[in-house]
Amino acid sequence: MATAGTVVHNLKSALHRMMLIRRVEEQVIDLATSFDDLIRGHYHVYIGQEATGVGACMALGPDDYMFTTHRNHGHVIARGGEPGPVIAEIIGRTTGYNKGRGGTFHVIAKHLGVLQTSAIVGGGVPMAAGAAFSARMRGTDQVSLVFFGDGVLEEGAFHEALNMSSLWNLPLIMMCENNSVPQEGRRQGEYPTSSFAATQLADVASAMNVEAHVVDGSDVRQVGELLAGLVGRAREGEGPFFIESRINRWPGNRGQFPQLIGGPHRMAWTWNPGTADTRLQDWLADSDPVSLLCRSLVEEGAMTRKEIEEVDAAARQEAEEAREFALSSPMPSPESAMDYIFAEGETR
Amino acid sequence: MREMTYSEAMAIGIQEALAEDESVVLIGAGFGGLRGDPAVWGPLRERFGDRITSPPIAELGYCGIAVGAALTGLRPIVAIGTGAFSFEAFPQIANEAPQAYYGTRGQVTCPVVFHMRAGIRGAGALQHSIAPQAMYWNTPGLEICVPGSPADVRGLIKAAVRSNNPTIFIDHERLHPLVGEVDESTGGDIPLGVADVKREGSDVTIVATSIMVPRALEAAETLAGQGIDAEVVDPRTLVPLDTEAILRSVARTGRVVVADETQKSCGVASEIAATIAEEGFESLRAPIKRVAIPNVPIPYHQAEEDYITPTARHIVEAAEAVCR
Repeated sequence: MATAGTVVHNLKSALHRMMLIRRVEEQVIDLATSFDDLIRGHYHVYIGQEATGVGACMALGPDDYMFTTHRNHGHVIARGGEPGPVIAEIIGRTTGYNKGRGGTFHVIAKHLGVLQTSAIVGGGVPMAAGAAFSARMRGTDQVSLVFFGDGVLEEGAFHEALNMSSLWNLPLIMMCENNSVPQEGRRQGEYPTSSFAATQLADVASAMNVEAHVVDGSDVRQVGELLAGLVGRAREGEGPFFIESRINRWPGNRGQFPQLIGGPHRMAWTWNPGTADTRLQDWLADSDPVSLLCRSLVEEGAMTRKEIEEVDAAARQEAEEAREFALSSPMPSPESAMDYIFAEGETR
Repeated sequence: MREMTYSEAMAIGIQEALAEDESVVLIGAGFGGLRGDPAVWGPLRERFGDRITSPPIAELGYCGIAVGAALTGLRPIVAIGTGAFSFEAFPQIANEAPQAYYGTRGQVTCPVVFHMRAGIRGAGALQHSIAPQAMYWNTPGLEICVPGSPADVRGLIKAAVRSNNPTIFIDHERLHPLVGEVDESTGGDIPLGVADVKREGSDVTIVATSIMVPRALEAAETLAGQGIDAEVVDPRTLVPLDTEAILRSVARTGRVVVADETQKSCGVASEIAATIAEEGFESLRAPIKRVAIPNVPIPYHQAEEDYITPTARHIVEAAEAVCR
């Protein structure tokens, strides 16, 4: 049974993870923009969505499975991934989780139950359903959680997996991060994305008899509490579940080439959004999950500004050390491109 | 030794695979095809019903489920049905399963078997006659089995299940009634990547796969009547390909016909012919001939279908040409 003390402890560790994700992603953007050849091509960061990843992963047990997408850095860190091997993977170094094979699109971390990271929209949901199917067939109580963006609902693969997970009551949790909310939803009323005909994403799941929830993706407490309940119920055979986490997109997102407007996040902006670049002010006041959590912890008297700034300083240092670790790590040899095409023998 | 059909031998192989490892599961119920013999497939369903899942008509979804299951400790055999249906699942077969091992530098394996019945079956028309093995051969990370005899289908289905790699397993529709000897006193194991010389000969090598194996053996009998002694080499698996066995035979005969029922352009015969040309050119005493489907879709009417189907007669003509 959680006590008030454990909740505060959980929130403190959640805050640390969220800040760590923010600071690591800032390093990723800096590496991409400072060097021509480190992150070759486009990439996607998790700034502004930290509460969803961290809140959801807090609810998972050590043996559960997690599937993510092209926007995977934050999910892997939320699940407990170390920033060093994550950044090393993103810039293709041999100390990365996949020894630099996958890069930003395919951060995979086997020890965290992240077994395949598809960068194809809709690729992950059927595989996550398969992990849930496998847990059921093997008689374990493992749960499979899959993160995906709202665009996945435009793909047929989603609907096929939704149908089967519902028919077979799989222990699958489909976490849809709808980060199109501000662009279309708020301007045009209830319409959640620019290219999807349903008015409410959750209606699609409900129509397939899948229990659906909508959660404020900027609030780590809401996400954490909802997911703790659903993960437990999925273990008991009550799955699958669909969640739409509504996220107000970070103004620096800019599609596939993110930009740090006004530089790395400053804690002064959190305490007083009016001191930030005008393009960031509304987002910092209403939607930034890190700033919202910081201010609420102070208002509740759970932490002081100074304590929070110490957590941030620690996260910044971890991210800087991770960057140095990655930059000083060796690159794969050219001929290693020919390694690991097929598993040898008939090992079982 | 017992004589049995290809279909029965495959059912025996699948039963043996299920019996030897409880992580083996079947997704899909259509292994026997539309006319699956209940006497052959009934006992399998009875004995292993709890490991057989019949999915909705959702090839992409259930192949993805099989991939996810294979990443997490199961060894699924997926019955996709007709080979062309696998195109519906192409993103999972070609763009997820083969990347798992390579993408993690050997940390994660994806031991899934994608089983399909393919080829010109008779009246399959435009969309139910396609043999996709050449397309999958262009996808690194997939193993490909194309067994052409009852003993081979039994042995190879077990090897495919045991393999830690994703495997495309293709039966030709017209092979299912084929009768051959199977030794049930042993496991009949066949490793992947080992060709079988189905008939020894000294004048010409016929490299034949899948349905072209019985057609090549028939052609070899006809050729024997004309004084041409043909050797029939069946690679049995395209990936891995037993290049050495093919080159060994070509080194003896110096003349080659490659017979395969996929389209001629970038087809199975093309890749085998190119490999022989590249690595065995000195052995050749005549240009290589390919027997394959011309580069057309598959028509419905029997006269048209027969016209484009590679047969024993085409192999005989090609062998005569290279031996001239």
